[in-house]
Amino acid sequence: MGLLDAGITRHNVLVTSVDNVLNWARLSSLWPMGFGLACCAIEMMATNASNYDLERFGIFPRSSPRQSDLMIVAGTVTMKMADRVVRLYEQMPEPRYVLSMGSCSNCGGPYQDHGYHVLKGVDRVIPVDVYVPGCPPRPEALIGGLMKVQELIRMEQIGVSRADALKKLAEKAQDPRFIVERERKAARA
Amino acid sequence: MEEVKEVSRLVQESTAAYRIICEQFGEAVSALDSNDTMPFFEVLESGRWVEIALFMRDHAKLKFNYMACMSGVDYPTEGKVGIVCNFQSLALLNHKLSVKVKCDRAGGCIPSVSRVWHTANWHEREAYDLFGMIFTGHPELKRILCPDDWEGYPLRKDYKVQERYHGIKVPY
Repeated sequence: MGLLDAGITRHNVLVTSVDNVLNWARLSSLWPMGFGLACCAIEMMATNASNYDLERFGIFPRSSPRQSDLMIVAGTVTMKMADRVVRLYEQMPEPRYVLSMGSCSNCGGPYQDHGYHVLKGVDRVIPVDVYVPGCPPRPEALIGGLMKVQELIRMEQIGVSRADALKKLAEKAQDPRFIVERERKAARA
Repeated sequence: MEEVKEVSRLVQESTAAYRIICEQFGEAVSALDSNDTMPFFEVLESGRWVEIALFMRDHAKLKFNYMACMSGVDYPTEGKVGIVCNFQSLALLNHKLSVKVKCDRAGGCIPSVSRVWHTANWHEREAYDLFGMIFTGHPELKRILCPDDWEGYPLRKDYKVQERYHGIKVPY
């Protein structure tokens, strides 16, 4: 439910809750930090570029952690990089979100067994909100993950903790297959 | 009729180059392994490796001006670690040759050739990082890929990954 779904009267008056306005503002300008670690970063760059055009969602990379709301961990996190990822995460102002992109940052991916130098999941060092599976995930998958982050922000309220918002998100999660099927049928008709 | 084995041009050229080195250094180098892929010889007296390297680079009929690659190898059965260097005389004589140098697995030393070919600088750091042989005379021998405070040498056959690094669990 977006903000514009709420009715606007003839006198240009819009009645809604403060939470709703705050959340709408925050989710409509999610600024990720512009850093990539491996091949997933190429997909992330492709998603940022004109074909998939993330700027239509108000998402565009910032070059400083101090100006960004979202960290997209795109690629293999090595043990050497883990310290730096934590440092960057700590430099981001709250509220901050973390999206783990691809198998490597989810769980170590192909380096799970023999990668002595690879961190087996970035969630060992920083809290992750949304995981995007794939090796690497296609831009559509990344956009799906970003939509999930937006959904998470919608679940937040003043006085509701992140953990509760995540729980609410998990309970209210919709299987996108039905929506995709519905849209396809509507398109055919 | 005996079948005449055709010797490839690579092997012919490499053999010719090896003969010049062998004449100069004699016992310090092993016999040439003239395989068709990459003919190589081993430096038996590793202390003379820099001398041999300079000779290979500067001799008028050798002119190995290009170090194409340098790799590390672990020989656990012999108790040794070593390097394999691939040389080429780029744009001059166009011949190729490989050289192997070995040293003891525990605290062994190989003289550094980073002043002969600058390429060797980072390659030797990488070999040190992953196999743990010391390159004497190297200008800045420290780890290049792993973090500075990493434990052990990851590409050795008996390597066991450390349990924790900066408080983070390493194995899955």
